[in-house]
Amino acid sequence: MADTLTGAAHDATAVPEFPMPRQSRCPFDPPPALKELQSEGPLVKVRLWDGSESWLVTRYAEQRALLGDPRVSADTDRPGYPTKASAEAGEGKLSFIMMDDPEHARQRRMVTAPFAVKKIEALRPKVQKIVDGLIDDLLAGPKPVDLVDAFALPIPSLVICELLGVPYEDHDLFQENTKTMVRTTATPEERGAATREMAGYLAGQIGKRITEPQDDMLSGIAARITAGELTHQQATEMALLLLIAGHETTANMIALGTLALLHHPDQLKLLRETDDPKLVASAVEELLRYLHITHLGRRRAVTEDIEIAGQVIKAGEGIIMANEIGNRDPEVFDDPDRLDLTRDARRHVAFGFGIHQCLGQPLARMELQVVYGTLYKRIPTLKAAVPLDDVRFKTDAFIYGVHELPVSW
Amino acid sequence: MKVELEADKCVASGQCVLVAMDVFDQDDDGIAILLKQEIGDDLLDDVKEAVAVCPAAAIRLVEQ
Ligand code: SF4
Repeated sequence: MADTLTGAAHDATAVPEFPMPRQSRCPFDPPPALKELQSEGPLVKVRLWDGSESWLVTRYAEQRALLGDPRVSADTDRPGYPTKASAEAGEGKLSFIMMDDPEHARQRRMVTAPFAVKKIEALRPKVQKIVDGLIDDLLAGPKPVDLVDAFALPIPSLVICELLGVPYEDHDLFQENTKTMVRTTATPEERGAATREMAGYLAGQIGKRITEPQDDMLSGIAARITAGELTHQQATEMALLLLIAGHETTANMIALGTLALLHHPDQLKLLRETDDPKLVASAVEELLRYLHITHLGRRRAVTEDIEIAGQVIKAGEGIIMANEIGNRDPEVFDDPDRLDLTRDARRHVAFGFGIHQCLGQPLARMELQVVYGTLYKRIPTLKAAVPLDDVRFKTDAFIYGVHELPVSW
Repeated sequence: MKVELEADKCVASGQCVLVAMDVFDQDDDGIAILLKQEIGDDLLDDVKEAVAVCPAAAIRLVEQ
C-alpha cells in the first residue's frame, strides 16, 4: 500500500512542466528536455503554468495529423484549451485564428486575396526599396546600432502599412504603438493602452473607407461592413490581427536569423556569395525550420475522442503541438540539429498546419527572401557587436527572438 | 496521373503554387485552381510535393 502511494506520488510529480527552460548550450536549439520527451514518445502529458495537464505532441507526423483534424478546436473558450500564460487569460479573441469552421473559413476568406502568391510577388520591388532604404540609413548612421530597432522591426511594419493602406503621415504613431504591443517588457497597462489606441485608429480608418473606398486592404474590410458581412468591431479585430501577426514573427526571423547566420559563417558565406534566388528561398525555409520562433507550441482543445499513436485523447482535453521539435524530428529531417541552407526544408511546420496555417506566409517568405538576399551582400562585414552570452533572448515571450542585437561592420 | 482539388477545403496558403506553378494557380480570392487536370511524369514530383505541403489536404493524385 505504502509502495503504491509512493508510486502514485512519484508519478504525479513526474509529469514534466511545460514550457521548459530553454537553457541550452546553443540558444538556437529547443530546450534539451523537450528533445528528450520527443525520444520518449509522440504524446506525453505535461503540466502547465496553472497546474492543469495537457497533452504535448512531440513528433512531426502526429502534429500534422492533429492540426489537420476537424475534431481539434482553436477556440480558446473550449473546455481543456491550454492557455499559454496568465497574461493570456481575459484577453479578447484575436479574430478568426481563435475560431473554428465554418465561421473561421468565412472570415479568413475575406482577407486571403491580397496574400495570393502572385499578388505578393508584385509587391517585391516595393519591399526591396524599403529594405534598401533602411540599409542606406544603417550605413550612413552611427555604429554599433541595434539591428532590431533600426532594421528588423521597421520592415514588417512598413510593409503591412503599405498593404493595409495606412497613410504615410501616420507611420510614426503606428510604429510606436505596434512596438509597445509586441514588446514583452511592456506592462499590461501599456500594452492595453497601445492596443486600444491602435484599435481606435484602425476603426477610424475603416470608417473613413466606408464612405471613401481606396485601393487597399482596409477598404476591402470596410466593404464587408457595408455588405453586412462583418460588424465594425469584427472588422477592427481583423485589421488588428493582420497588423500584429506579421510583426513580431517576421522581425524576429530577421534578427534571430541574422544572429544564427553570424554564428554559422560557412552558411552565411553561401548567402553572401549567391545570386541564385532558389538558394535564397531555400535558406529562408531552412531558417524557418531551424529557428522555429513560435516556441511555446500551438494549442488546441479536443472536441471528440481521438485515437492516435496508441493513445486516446479525450474530448475536453488540451493538446499542445511542440512544432519547434517537430521541425527537428529526425524521422523527417536528416541530422535535424544542423543548419544547412541547401537542404529541402519546405515541409517544416513553422507556419503551422491545417486550416489555421499562417495566412501571411507568402508575404513573410518574400520579405525574408528580400532581407536575406540583400543585407549580407550589402554589408559583407556585418558582425555582432556583443558576445553571444550578452545577447538577451526572448525566453519569456510568445515568440522567440532577441530583445536587441547590436551590430557593427 | 490525374490531379484533384477540393476548393472547398482550400485555405489559400499558396503552398501548391510555390511548388508546382505549372499546375496550380489562385483565383481572385486566393483559392487554388487547377491549370492542368492531367499531368505527365515531368510534373509528378512537383505535384507530390504539393500534396505533401498542402495544409488543408485539398489536393489528391489519382491513378487513371
Ligand atoms: S496548398 Fe492547399 S490550401 Fe494551400 S492554396 Fe494550395 S490547395 Fe489551397
